[in-house]
Amino acid sequence: MSAPAVPALDVERVRQDFPILSRRVRGKPLVYLDNAATSQKPRRVIDAVSRFYGSDNANIHRGVHYLSEQATLAYDAVRAGVARLLNAAMPSEVVFTRGTTEGINLVAQSWARPRLKAGDEILITEMEHHSNIVPWQLVASQTGAVVRAVPVTDTGELDVGVFDRLLTDRTRILALGHVSNALGTINPVRWMVARARERDVVTVVDGAQSVPHLPIDVQSLGCDFFAFSGHKVLGPTGVGVLYGRADRLEAMAPWQGGGDMIETVTLERSTFAAPPARFEAGTPMIAEVIGLGAALEYLEEVGHAAIGAWEEELLGYATERMRELSGVRLIGTAREKAAVLSFVVEGVHPHDVGAVLDDDGVAIRAGHHCAQPLMRRFGLPATARASFAFYNTRDEVDALVRGVAHVRSVFA
Amino acid sequence: MASLNELYQNVILEHNRSPRNYRAIPDASGKASGHNPLCGDEVTVWIRMNGEVIDDVSFEGAGCAISRASASLMTGAVKGKTRPEAVALFERFQRLVTGNAAGEPPETLGKLAVFSGVSGFPVRVKCASLAWHTLRSALDGATSDESRR
Repeated sequence: MSAPAVPALDVERVRQDFPILSRRVRGKPLVYLDNAATSQKPRRVIDAVSRFYGSDNANIHRGVHYLSEQATLAYDAVRAGVARLLNAAMPSEVVFTRGTTEGINLVAQSWARPRLKAGDEILITEMEHHSNIVPWQLVASQTGAVVRAVPVTDTGELDVGVFDRLLTDRTRILALGHVSNALGTINPVRWMVARARERDVVTVVDGAQSVPHLPIDVQSLGCDFFAFSGHKVLGPTGVGVLYGRADRLEAMAPWQGGGDMIETVTLERSTFAAPPARFEAGTPMIAEVIGLGAALEYLEEVGHAAIGAWEEELLGYATERMRELSGVRLIGTAREKAAVLSFVVEGVHPHDVGAVLDDDGVAIRAGHHCAQPLMRRFGLPATARASFAFYNTRDEVDALVRGVAHVRSVFA
Repeated sequence: MASLNELYQNVILEHNRSPRNYRAIPDASGKASGHNPLCGDEVTVWIRMNGEVIDDVSFEGAGCAISRASASLMTGAVKGKTRPEAVALFERFQRLVTGNAAGEPPETLGKLAVFSGVSGFPVRVKCASLAWHTLRSALDGATSDESRR
């Protein structure tokens, strides 16, 4: 039996959809390899935001007039679209936030804080982004709970043996990244979530780096919460999604108070709307939600299978080419990886690597990637990181490799 | 347009490779640590005062070529200077790297003039000035011979 054919991705055609990709930087064609920081936006997203402000702008959930009604319909349609994309059981499990960070903080403050007691444990991992560490430290200091972390192996994988030992009767919450922003490691989330659920541990998945690369099915993952950001997946900044299983969201008290999240208000007390409105106080980021809707539609049209196959090819090619360079060491060589290459150049600080590449028009990230505990684990102050999207090409990988050779010659 | 060669001048590359005064001072009269949380650069600066004069100054740390070379050249520039002279030099250096040194010919800054290219790269200003800010903290906290008495 032959494998199902993956529709090939026409990368040159796809690139036409992204206006920024044809610009020049420092006199050279832009080679944008900082997609894990933020993705570029297709024309369709830019147009959707612009069209909303140009002809459809109104506030939602409050007007009786035509524009308000239309804006409300459009806003709620995106919620339904996100629910489909994530395979949530119902649209009301989708809460719009400002981004992944806000989603995790919402869970920490609204789910965890009233329930955690002194001595309870929150299990995270050593490879988390600061946004999946600090909110848990804050709630730990508020409740007397303790944060524990699953260690990372030399290749950049989670030590699942230690994970099994750290998961105990004291564990209340498991919060883990689906894909590491700094290394690209794809964690065995489904398996870890299943282990956690055997002990009634509530699970929170940081999907900021997985949604751009992988198809997501929250019911199959089995997690209670799943957070991601719009801007990393072709959408505008300032909008994100928190998926919460219906029974969990129902059981949670509001986080912020204000308009749109209430049922009735007297001067003495208020009663609160059902989820998701309960967690969306005030006028939300309407234009950004509309833009996110356009982004996710575009993503589905290109197709996860085609994206996955092309990114795997890019990662394989880039890994092979970078390994040919002497004095370059790849950090994070897990078996399951998304298209992220973290590396160090012997004797050259990552900032200087980034500066020389920038002069060649190649945009990468240099730094600790908001993952200082992970950097410490590898004994590095920072790394250089090239992160790919489906609109990157093999020629751009070649530009990266030429740039790294240029770095070696400047600092020889 | 700011060019890479202006940023990474040979003197900077050379001091990055072989930083001067890269050591601790055991009998230091002042010591401070500086940290750039954005990029993770860290530097520790030691000073030994003789009265009002910086008798010895040294550093250690981890950072990019700009921050390392800046720390190295700084130690050479302030050794033997008085506290007010060092602070004045810091202020001039700060104006140079932020592009606010109009009317002050860079060459009058001696070797420090090699950092004139930094002003074309705003994100690198913090790299160049980290060691200087740390020196200033060390000077502020340093116990001079005078006050020790």
